[in-house]
Amino acid sequence: MLHGPAADLKDDKSADRKSKLGLKFFFVYLIVYVVFVMLCLFYPDFTGTRVAFGLNLAVLYGFFLIILAILMGFFYHLACSRLEDKLNEKGEEV
Amino acid sequence: MIYDVSIWAVIIFLSFVALVLGLSFYFARKTKSASSYYAAGGNIHWGVNGIAFAGDYLSAASFLGICGMIAYAGFDGFLYSIGYLAGWVVALFVVAEPLKRMGKFTFTDALDSKFNSRPVKLTAAISTLVVSLFYLIPQMVGAGDLVVPLLGLPHWVGVVIVGSIVILIVATAGMTSTTYVQFIKGGLLIIVTLILTFMILKKGLEKNPYDGYHHYETLTASFEGDQLILDDTTLTYSPELYVTGKNEFVKVEYKGNERYFQVVKGEDNTALLKESLSVTETKDGKMFYNGAPKTDRQFYQVGHIQRLVIDGKEVESSGALNPFSFLTGIEDSEMIIYKKGVFKDVDDKVTVYYPALVPGKTILKPGSYFKIVDGTIWDKINFLSLMLALFMGTSALPHVLIRYYTVPSQRAARKSTIVAIAAIGFFYILTLYLGLGAMVNGVNDMASSNMSGPLLAKSFGIGIFSIISAIAFATVLGTVSGLIVASSGAIAHDFMDKYLNKKMTDQIKVRAGKISAFAVGLIAIMLGIAFKGMNVSFLVGLAFAVAASANLPAIIMVIFWKKTTGKGVAASIITGITVSIGLILFSPTMFEMYGLAKEAAWFPIDNPGIISIPLSFLALVLVSLRTKSERVDK
Repeated sequence: MLHGPAADLKDDKSADRKSKLGLKFFFVYLIVYVVFVMLCLFYPDFTGTRVAFGLNLAVLYGFFLIILAILMGFFYHLACSRLEDKLNEKGEEV
Repeated sequence: MIYDVSIWAVIIFLSFVALVLGLSFYFARKTKSASSYYAAGGNIHWGVNGIAFAGDYLSAASFLGICGMIAYAGFDGFLYSIGYLAGWVVALFVVAEPLKRMGKFTFTDALDSKFNSRPVKLTAAISTLVVSLFYLIPQMVGAGDLVVPLLGLPHWVGVVIVGSIVILIVATAGMTSTTYVQFIKGGLLIIVTLILTFMILKKGLEKNPYDGYHHYETLTASFEGDQLILDDTTLTYSPELYVTGKNEFVKVEYKGNERYFQVVKGEDNTALLKESLSVTETKDGKMFYNGAPKTDRQFYQVGHIQRLVIDGKEVESSGALNPFSFLTGIEDSEMIIYKKGVFKDVDDKVTVYYPALVPGKTILKPGSYFKIVDGTIWDKINFLSLMLALFMGTSALPHVLIRYYTVPSQRAARKSTIVAIAAIGFFYILTLYLGLGAMVNGVNDMASSNMSGPLLAKSFGIGIFSIISAIAFATVLGTVSGLIVASSGAIAHDFMDKYLNKKMTDQIKVRAGKISAFAVGLIAIMLGIAFKGMNVSFLVGLAFAVAASANLPAIIMVIFWKKTTGKGVAASIITGITVSIGLILFSPTMFEMYGLAKEAAWFPIDNPGIISIPLSFLALVLVSLRTKSERVDK
């Protein structure tokens, strides 16, 4: 009855480890995001303090959150690809 | 306000529509199977898929809504950008790969892969449909807003045009054509936004935004007892003061029109009367803009710098700036922005927009739009609830999730997500410059907060305006196509094929999908017309709350909690949908839409996520524990 993915996927032996790694990355980002939201909520005046490059903390932290997401995504991909290559058969794309 | 139609804007727009329709008809010939209709055959390159993700995600809310919100309220609009982007972290690190492993065409396939449960199939299909419809509303509203300046047509015509084109795109070739429309639009949107940002920085900051900018008048007056007396005795005015919030207004016969002036009381019974913008709706439905019909063009664009400070010195203009010095210049200066108030003048409903001098420091920190500085505890909870829904919502949007089934492998799914995060993140950084550029360049049309981005482009010339408007229109096309594919999948694949167990051939499945796309498109058109005038980013925030409440708890628990049962998943989805939508219907903004006082709302905040998301999790856990005999691992 059409169950299973549109593209045939091989069994992925690295799935559990990638999943754990993903959760670690997620919690790191979550902490940074929660700190930002709390600063905005409870210390909005403090976020107006000029920090660096002529920018205040609110703007700089906002840019940082966006850039951090891109960087963490990149490093997560590198780590996952390494796990896939190590734990699955050579040349097999999962 | 009245917009002049540009022939170039029309030509570029029509060319773009011709291109996407041509693509759709080209791919239509190749779309024979259900796999190619719903998931583009699972063969899209990760790079194309990544930019298509961006094209899908950077909807009217991102381009029109966020720019407008930043242009009206500063940094608080940028908080939407941050929240929308942060949501992709949840998608990449938590749900992307498991969903890719579990699913086939739709989000329902993935949720149901462990259970083969009829309640899961039904509720997940309903949830996909409801979330997609909620998300469709702001897209269609944005389409209507765009068509007014672009083609000079009424709002409802824009909604009908977008609806019809999208139905054609989706009903011809499904996910394949949708993917390429989104890819082209995503790429173009980022490139053109970058060009516009360069133009903003090159122009720098100026006190006088452009020649002919309407600087608003200030009149002088005094009080004799409660009686307001204008110093200019040639002006006639009503003795009555109109009150909205803490502000008072007086109606003055000014330059041939009935205008409203904000009364600012000074010392020794003196007062300054500040010229304000007004939109008057009479009892019989007639509209007057600054006291005149729309065609008289009396409703001016607004927003400028009152005091410009660059490197500690007060100047008239800054010259070209870099991305950092532009923001520093804004922060050191003082801006005139316009705030809204509503009151009754006998039987007429009057909406006034009055000038407020705001320091750049205030504009570039949180608190201008969200009342987190001097608001109540409910205002703070509302903000928290929104940031939670934005963070959790992305990975629960069915039209985003189905894009994971268009690539051949988990690695490709991951790579395309990273491309998407980079492209979307870069675009969101640019939104800050676009929004602030609109705020200080005298382009804001107070009657439509969604038009700041395109109108900013117009101030740089009709060429860039034409291109950006056509792309903004394409932005709506791309996102609406994705939503309609997701909705048609929910009806034809999840409900008819899986839930009702209709024995359908591949060909009939595709036909059912196309008919569903047509029906959903018609509903979207009607909703787009009904919700005219609301900020699209605000509406998308609500769609995120519904998605995060209905879908995310189920996705997370199916992946990570082995005790989850099919009935638990169904209970979670039903709870999430009903609680989130129920709370939205009783929220202050909806009460205002019903014509009631905001303060009378039964639920004190607009964003329901902080209540509905935990309740959805709770429902899943409780029902799963009560139905543990159905567990998969048994």
